[in-house]
Amino acid sequence: MLEVKNVTKTFGGVVANKDVSFSFEEGQIVGLIGPNGAGKSTMFNMISAIFPPSEGEIIFRKQRIDKMPTNAMAPLGISRTFQNLQVFKNMTVVENVMVGRHIRTKTGTLRAALKLPGTKKEEVSAYDKAMEYIQFVGLQDLYDHLAGNLALGKLRLLELARALATEPKLLLLDEIAAGLNHKETKEMSNLIEKIRNNGTTVFVVEHDMDLVMSICDKIIVLDQGEKIAEGTPREIQSNQRVITAYLGAEVEKNAQ
Amino acid sequence: MSDFLQFSVTGITIGSIYAIVALGFVTIYSVTKVINMAQGEFVMLGGMIMFTFLGIGLNYWLSFLLTILAVMAIGWVMEKAIIQPTKGADPISLIILTIGAAIFIRGVASMIWGKGQVRVPAFTSNEPISIGPATITPQSIWVVLIMLFIVLLLYILIDRTMIGKAFQACSVNPMAARLMGISPARMSSFSFTLSAVLGAIAGLAIAPIMFPAYDTGLMLGIKGFSAAILGGLGSAPGAVLGGLIIGLLESFGAGYISSGLKDAVAFTAILVILLIRPSGILGERNVGKGGL
Repeated sequence: MLEVKNVTKTFGGVVANKDVSFSFEEGQIVGLIGPNGAGKSTMFNMISAIFPPSEGEIIFRKQRIDKMPTNAMAPLGISRTFQNLQVFKNMTVVENVMVGRHIRTKTGTLRAALKLPGTKKEEVSAYDKAMEYIQFVGLQDLYDHLAGNLALGKLRLLELARALATEPKLLLLDEIAAGLNHKETKEMSNLIEKIRNNGTTVFVVEHDMDLVMSICDKIIVLDQGEKIAEGTPREIQSNQRVITAYLGAEVEKNAQ
Repeated sequence: MSDFLQFSVTGITIGSIYAIVALGFVTIYSVTKVINMAQGEFVMLGGMIMFTFLGIGLNYWLSFLLTILAVMAIGWVMEKAIIQPTKGADPISLIILTIGAAIFIRGVASMIWGKGQVRVPAFTSNEPISIGPATITPQSIWVVLIMLFIVLLLYILIDRTMIGKAFQACSVNPMAARLMGISPARMSSFSFTLSAVLGAIAGLAIAPIMFPAYDTGLMLGIKGFSAAILGGLGSAPGAVLGGLIIGLLESFGAGYISSGLKDAVAFTAILVILLIRPSGILGERNVGKGGL
């Protein structure tokens, strides 16, 4: 469903991604891991069209997406969350999720301004749908709270609900478990598996190895901008290049 | 005491107009971070186009509606012509472009309607009503009512509809809004069109009182902009408050000091308030961040 072909991204003289290629099929949970500065977030930003690659192609469901504007991604079926959360702080939880329903509503500007019949119905259905997603992530008790007042763990769930509200085919989760405690991480893993079982492909960038190794069907490893390995969690755990990348000189010293 | 009441009535009337103009500024600014310097021109066009429609013998309320549609179209065209093609230009350049558009509109207006003032009849009879020691024209009451109506309408539109949510989302977090599939180009177009409608309504309401001319928009624009800044740029309640404060300051300045100094009194007071509260009365501290 997603194919990344020979993608390179440079920022001035810094090479963030160098000739990276990989692809994966629908219905999987795919993990993208690597040490700090490996270029994981850069790769994510390119797949969600925040910025285009310097070279290479990104193909989603047979369509080239690397030259498209950011706002074309949600209608195509790609949605994401952010490591440093991007919520609408002065809106309530349910309003935040309703914004995610925006592309699934049809009312034009004029109709909304004139409050023609049908607008109201659509507004109500957007609200009901939003509440469904809020229930799915378990935020129903907080639905009318301002997003700005929520704790970090709840904000992550809110971003997840908002991303799901666009009804994505591919969901990109950028360090969704960062800063979560043990219990919350466990709940998050369950949610991610539930999302996959509902038919959405999930692509995660994650530092929490327990989470990655327990839920991913496939893992891609980046180091210093290049892909160094790809495979099932078991294969990755025993891959010598991955171990060297993560533990580096330590391993060599022990070997001596 | 009777003077005080009379000045208050005048101040609230003109302040309501400033408030509507300021709301126009806020509408565009909150989404695009552009200050539309042609906002006052929308107001002028509201009065002038109404005059033309009435001149060719159309019914008053039909002309009213057609005027709003005409100015709305001008706002839409303006956005398409100068904002849309300059994708990604920084707000300062866009603001300069809107100044150009304002001068252009003013020039064309002076060609079409000449340099004199035009007269537009009031909504209803213009017999002044006496309330205690003060007299008030029915049109003044209309102006205040229209301002209140616009505030209510904007509230419903922004707070109670999906498009309003998209609009808010764009102003709070443009990046996340784009990820939700909200097109910034569409929202920018929406904000200019909406703001042109606000300008037209302000122009229609004020025309019977102040007899618009081709250059009326300049001062109205400056006052409306001051009102938006005073209230805290980006805040709709602030814009209304700012408009009313400037209207009252002006009216009291004209009444108690000198009518020649009314603008000076208003602007001096604004400077003092902004020295004390640089972010405006209801402004957030982080004004100026973000944008498309």
